Amino acid sequence: MEEKIRITIDGREVTANPEQTILEAARENGIFIPTLCQYADTTNVGACRVCVVEVEKARTLVASCCMPVSAGMVVRTDTKAVRDAQRMIVELLWASGDHNCLVCEKNGNCELQDLVYWLGIEKPRFPIESPGYEIEKTNSMIVRDLNKCVLCGRCVRACNEIQVNEVLDFSLRGSRAKVGPAFDSDYIASECYFCGECVDACPVGAITFAQARFGGRPWELEKVRTTCTYCGVGCQLDLNINKGKIVKVTGNRDYGPPNQGSLCIKGRFAMDFVQHPDRLQRPLIRKNGELTEATWEEAYDLIARNLSAIKEEHGPDSIAGFASARCTNEENYLFQKFMRAVIGTNNVDHCARL
Amino acid sequence: MEEPMIGSIPTMQEIPFFAHQKLRVLRNRGIIDPGKIEEYIARDGYLGLAKALTEMTPAEIIKEVTASGLRGRGGAGFPTGLKWQFCSQSKGDVKYVLCNADEGDPGAFMDRSVLEADPHAVLEGMVIAARAIGAHYGYIYCRAEYPLAIHQLNIAIAQARECGLLGKDILGTGFDFDLEIYQGAGAFVCGEETALMTSIEGKRGMPRPRPPFPAVAGLWGKPSVLNNVETFASVAQIVLKGAAWYASVGTEKSKGTKVFALTGDVNNVGLVEVPMGTTLRTIVYEIGGGIPGGKKFKAAQLGGPSGGCIPAEHLDASVDYEKVAELGAIMGSGGLIVMNEDKCIVDIARFFIDFCQDESCGKCTPCREGTKRMLQILTGITEGKGREGDIELLQEMAVIIKNSSLCGLGQTAPNPILSTIRYFRDEYEAHIREGRCPAGVCTALKRYTVDAEKCTGCGVCAKVCPTKAAKGEKKQPHEIDQATCIKCGVCMEKCKFEAIFVN
Ligand SMILES: Cc1cc2nc3c(=O)[nH]c(=O)nc-3n(C[C@H](O)[C@H](O)[C@H](O)COP(=O)(O)O)c2cc1C
Ligand code: FES
Repeated sequence: MEEKIRITIDGREVTANPEQTILEAARENGIFIPTLCQYADTTNVGACRVCVVEVEKARTLVASCCMPVSAGMVVRTDTKAVRDAQRMIVELLWASGDHNCLVCEKNGNCELQDLVYWLGIEKPRFPIESPGYEIEKTNSMIVRDLNKCVLCGRCVRACNEIQVNEVLDFSLRGSRAKVGPAFDSDYIASECYFCGECVDACPVGAITFAQARFGGRPWELEKVRTTCTYCGVGCQLDLNINKGKIVKVTGNRDYGPPNQGSLCIKGRFAMDFVQHPDRLQRPLIRKNGELTEATWEEAYDLIARNLSAIKEEHGPDSIAGFASARCTNEENYLFQKFMRAVIGTNNVDHCARL
Repeated sequence: MEEPMIGSIPTMQEIPFFAHQKLRVLRNRGIIDPGKIEEYIARDGYLGLAKALTEMTPAEIIKEVTASGLRGRGGAGFPTGLKWQFCSQSKGDVKYVLCNADEGDPGAFMDRSVLEADPHAVLEGMVIAARAIGAHYGYIYCRAEYPLAIHQLNIAIAQARECGLLGKDILGTGFDFDLEIYQGAGAFVCGEETALMTSIEGKRGMPRPRPPFPAVAGLWGKPSVLNNVETFASVAQIVLKGAAWYASVGTEKSKGTKVFALTGDVNNVGLVEVPMGTTLRTIVYEIGGGIPGGKKFKAAQLGGPSGGCIPAEHLDASVDYEKVAELGAIMGSGGLIVMNEDKCIVDIARFFIDFCQDESCGKCTPCREGTKRMLQILTGITEGKGREGDIELLQEMAVIIKNSSLCGLGQTAPNPILSTIRYFRDEYEAHIREGRCPAGVCTALKRYTVDAEKCTGCGVCAKVCPTKAAKGEKKQPHEIDQATCIKCGVCMEKCKFEAIFVN
């Protein structure tokens, strides 16, 4: 373990680890510094400059998200110069696009809105000018409205550093700079895999879930943790539910392994089968050649009786079990246990081996 | 002027343009054939390298360069010896020496000139730097718009390799160093050191936060030294002739000479190399030969698009890093644009911020959005839409943008605005409060007016005016309706009695 060092933040002496940034040290000690472009597990790029602080003897303000602490450092997070800069930066961002919360899917869960509120800005000093990009609705999964983009680059890093899909990057320069796939194409025409990592990363309403549009406001959604049913990895996810209906699926980094909040296209966008009207919800038993609805008890009973009879008459090896990749690891484990210990056969396999 | 008599053609030293110059970096320009290494060698070329490699330890090289007081010529004026020392102290067996030949400042061409006319001087400086820090590979980041420079460099590199001055076992000393040219695609921001390295790495040229500094983690995360062309071109002479020789000219903190690209409203334009501390007046009036057409000097923009305007009252200021910064400009790479009284200062500030906005990489908010809004406000002022409070807002923005931007581009972009407000606030106010452009440049603020005394009522103006803004009774003084006038100026041009003027 490295030696701890001492630094002073807002007059409080705190200890920090020399590998830490000012932001990390402040957070660890319960001192709030606003951020926007900073996104855990990706490079600290220092793009938005919302996290600036004053550091004694530094020539300029310092972006706390990418400045390492050093022994004896004296930091102030709440001076007039800091607040003036933060206010100006947020006003500039606000005025740079179509940040109209009335119709924004992120209303109530928007980091720009939070910043405006926290800084108490009534209105930007600059005329609001939206770039006028066409809203990208070319696919059924992700909607992109670059008029709301604050160019924090979180989607770019999510795409390149977390999922390593390398689809998104910046193009053009100055105030015309924008984010997107190569050659300014839309998502569907690009190499995009539709993992949706960029949607989760976007702090504002620039990249949103197409399926969730008008499906419920952030405060109406109930999040239910579950395990993805698409493969055995067991990704943890949050079903966002409004009035008993799944509106969207979001990753949750707090759940940690195995997926650390990341998802794939299936887990992210293909949960709508859950509420499909054709979905089988009760067991069916063929009676007189007709499939008829039955209770679970009847169904289990029938299975147990038939399997026991076959086993009795032909021996356990006359039975084979075939499990599904769409069950969890635990379910598959139970299934093989059932085949081996209850039925007494090693005839058990899984569709993932086909 | 007296006709010079045959036989009394003045020597170069008698011509003020040359007399006040001291050629060190440009010493070989126009004298040697840059395509022949022998000619460079004949002018003591590669002697500095030989000395560095055979008689000096890396620490001694760094000591000499530090003692010379050489400061980076690419902009910030960071002490070169110190930079090398930091890098030499960084651990790692892979290090890089990089030459910044991006030269993005509009109107600046000193680096191009050195590369085209004396490429070996740069190569020699780079090998010495490599020896000092323990690097074995380097890059020259040269903008692709400099095909001749790249051509000459390629010839020079090939010849140096052939002569054993580059490549493996240089001069039989066992020291290896080779380099290649990396062509930049002409983004101004790629001259910024971290953006330059990101660009060489094959990524979009955008600056990254420091620390880590390049001396610790530069190109591909390896310790790197980046210096400007002119900086490298000074090194061999320092090593050969000694620190004391180099420091014998200049001021206390700014040693040696500096090349300026003198341009604008001045009689002699071009590259000039003068000792640090030469006054602006000497550069403009002695070397530059003054302002054409008997016009008055208004200001000099020093340091490129992110520099500042120095007004007439500071013509006697010494041009060195400290003084220039004190006056609100920067040395930059040495762009020096002279402006006469006909230039509108708000328009000038607008021009430079327009450049910075265009060239901002778009990564950080203050630079990307802030320069755009400053441009908008300045454009408004030049179009007569300025409002009370604009100057104060510009000042507030300028301070915040300088203070909170990620890289040097944003940190210096507001300089032209701050310095022009500092020295020419009255001109801003005239635009905003009186709707008047004192220099008569801003079209929207021009008022074509009829001098009733001179007007004979001939009616020509009314006839030629495309919007019928000029009107009046025959034989009576005419008038121009400002609301419909589109400031085309045709009335003034056609008036035989010079009765129409602009104010
Ligand atoms: C926006 C920007 C553009 C720059 N352009 C150049 C350039 O074209 N050439 C150059 O030598 N330095 C340029 N610099 C300065 C470099 O970042 C760096 O400081 C310099 O090359 C270091 O070399 P030096 O110490 O020899 O000056 C630029 C800096 C900034 C912020
Ligand atoms: S959060 Fe630090 S610069 Fe954006």
